[in-house]
Amino acid sequence: MSTAHEGRDEHADPHLQHHFGSMAQQYDSGKFGMWLFLVTEVLLFGGLFCAYAVYRANHPEIFAYAHQFLDKTLGGLNTLVLIVSSLTMAMAVRCAQLGQQRRLKQMLAATLLCACVFLGVKGVEYEHKWKHGLLWGTRYAPQGETAAPAAAGTQVETTAAAAAAPADGGTTLPHAATGPEGLADRPQAGHGDAAHGGHGPAGPAPRNVHLFFGIYFVMTGLHGIHVLAGMIAIVWLLRRSASGEFGPGYFAPVDFVGLYWHLVDLIWIFLFPLLYLIH
Amino acid sequence: MSKHQEGPAYAHVVPVRTLLGVFGALMFLTVLTYAVTYVDLGALNIWVALGIALVKGTLVALVFMHLLWDKKFYAVVLVSALLCVMIFIGIALLDSGQYQADLIPGFAPAITP
Repeated sequence: MSTAHEGRDEHADPHLQHHFGSMAQQYDSGKFGMWLFLVTEVLLFGGLFCAYAVYRANHPEIFAYAHQFLDKTLGGLNTLVLIVSSLTMAMAVRCAQLGQQRRLKQMLAATLLCACVFLGVKGVEYEHKWKHGLLWGTRYAPQGETAAPAAAGTQVETTAAAAAAPADGGTTLPHAATGPEGLADRPQAGHGDAAHGGHGPAGPAPRNVHLFFGIYFVMTGLHGIHVLAGMIAIVWLLRRSASGEFGPGYFAPVDFVGLYWHLVDLIWIFLFPLLYLIH
Repeated sequence: MSKHQEGPAYAHVVPVRTLLGVFGALMFLTVLTYAVTYVDLGALNIWVALGIALVKGTLVALVFMHLLWDKKFYAVVLVSALLCVMIFIGIALLDSGQYQADLIPGFAPAITP
């Protein structure tokens, strides 16, 4: 329907707002606007990356110790999921540009599905941390899973405990290596006493480990909120595309939501190695 | 579905092959990032991971976000934002070099002996 307007009087196009001279100008303005918004998002997360950088530079021992509570396989899976979602989103933009209505809806739905998987995995990760008291600030109160480990309280499991069977009511959540079980062996969790606490791969638990989790939860939480907002925008697009509104003459909303979605993916691409792949 | 459907008059349509190619590269680079963590490069590890992330980000920005075919101005907008962030973090790190690590003894074991 919109192709009928191409090459003729554009001002008959209902999608052309009165304050723009042409569809091309409207499209460019919209794209510029979205890029400006993306700049504000980059600076928003940039501030958080700054906090990360400063704290990691000044307390590398906290990061070296606490990152082992993160499951990098789940993090890697989430990265792959978001990359798939970026592909389906880019395909959706292409479909809108070519007027392929059915495939556009399929691609948007696929993007939505990937986003749901991402948030689901995030939920699994957060639940694991909640259960073990690996939270932010004053809520940091690490608890092991087993009450009575095999060793007599002075020896800490130093090998990868990821294969250890969970003893707390049948959860199949993966354990981070020497994570909470290691802490359960320590007489005083959180106090870096080298004489008693035994040692994990990164040495005794340093002070202020909660700093890591504060940064972790704020950064991944804010990112998760952005994923949620993106999902709402995609649902909005799906509703609009139900009537075949998008096509070669008008596809800007799909394009711009796509830009936002790619930025969300971009941010995670940097979050993943910084949080999950610390050595 | 016709192969040569008319696309928009004022925008470039990315070929499917390009999208899939970039997707493949991104998947490979993600697996690579993950695999590199099993190789001990010491302090280099984080920089390798970030370097790969930079390549991935560039691919996403250029192809998925369309910067390769768009007006150069949008790329300028994005790059300037990234420059601002780098200046921000850079100066903050310079500043934190003045951090008095031994002000509270035992507070920063990795820095103060």
